[in-house]
Amino acid sequence: MATFKFELVSPESILFSGEVNSVIVPAVEGEMTVLAGHAPVVATLKPGILVLIKTDNSNGKEFFVSGGIVEINPTGMTILAEQARFIEDVDTAVLDQEILTAETRLAAAPEDESEQRRLHDQLVQLKEFRNVFEERRAN
Amino acid sequence: MPSLKDLRNRIASVKATQKITKAMQMVAAAKLRRAQAAAEAARPYAERMETVLANLAAGVSADGAPKLIGGTGSDKVQLLVVCTAERGLCGAFNSSIARLARDKALALKAEGKTVKIICVGKKGYDVLRRQFGADIIELIDLRAFKQLGFANAETISQSILARFNAGEFDVATLFFSKFKSVISQIPTAQQIIPAQITAGTKVSESVYDYEPDETEILETLLPRNLTVQVLRAILENAASEQGARMSAMDSATRNAGEMIKKQTQLYNRSRQAMITKELIEIISGAEAL
Repeated sequence: MATFKFELVSPESILFSGEVNSVIVPAVEGEMTVLAGHAPVVATLKPGILVLIKTDNSNGKEFFVSGGIVEINPTGMTILAEQARFIEDVDTAVLDQEILTAETRLAAAPEDESEQRRLHDQLVQLKEFRNVFEERRAN
Repeated sequence: MPSLKDLRNRIASVKATQKITKAMQMVAAAKLRRAQAAAEAARPYAERMETVLANLAAGVSADGAPKLIGGTGSDKVQLLVVCTAERGLCGAFNSSIARLARDKALALKAEGKTVKIICVGKKGYDVLRRQFGADIIELIDLRAFKQLGFANAETISQSILARFNAGEFDVATLFFSKFKSVISQIPTAQQIIPAQITAGTKVSESVYDYEPDETEILETLLPRNLTVQVLRAILENAASEQGARMSAMDSATRNAGEMIKKQTQLYNRSRQAMITKELIEIISGAEAL
């Protein structure tokens, strides 16, 4: 199966860099699976789980991303995450913390309508994700 | 001629100073390693961000572009964001950044432009306050933070953005010191608003699909880019500061060593002179009998 170059970068470090088979990213308008030879896309991400399947078709690696941007071009795929970590390192406390930050930010947001809408969306997405995450935990 | 006791005291005090500078050097070396790793880890993100931005900006028409990239169409009011250290004793580190900022501010003033200054770090503020006290609009203190991170950069960039959105300035320039090596830090001025897309960046030919649309992505990406640039600046600065302190303290330790050597020589010489003098006195006294 064809592979492509994938990089997951957060402001603090490069979390992953290498050849992969496929990546599932939580884009704002729905999750999408990216395979080699994907059309060039730039999309923003919502809080969610990113799954990447490496070349050896072993079990996928999973990351939690709290937003960011994905760029796919013919040479490869880059994710600039606001914050990313291995799913094993995430628990509900981390998410609650994120939700709290988002809430305070929304409260302190300027009058600007589009900014408020953006922050509100972010908060809703975070809460949604928290529910999904808890369900996952339960199973 | 200082007395023996004076010399002894002087040597003791230089030795004490040497111990302090030596300790500071070792602390700086340890901190440098951490700061350098952090600065290097932040680099790829900033670079990728630049590429993505360059690709995006190439597709946006000039007049439809957001103000953060297209500018306000004027350059009357200039904001200088001067990042320096919170502490001194690091050689010419703080003063060279401050000097660069001061030269720029004076040049801008000579052109008849209004200058506003935000100081990040106390030392730059101390230097610039004398000359530009009235122009400094904010002092951001990072002393409480041991390890600088994304959150710190965000507070700074949000303060800048709020001012920009309020129309307080047209062009913003960031002053910091680029970390090249332990002995070489380069004071740098970087324009952050409007964002400068490096001409050398390779722009890929392909036409992108956007999700959601182009302008919306740019609108979220540009403030983020600002934060990333600020983050890079403060991390580079932190590494440069430790590097500068390390080499400054190294030479201070060496100078102290030399001083001790000279003083000890002087001390021994005058001690011997004293003994000789006493001997001569005794012998000539015995001869006179």
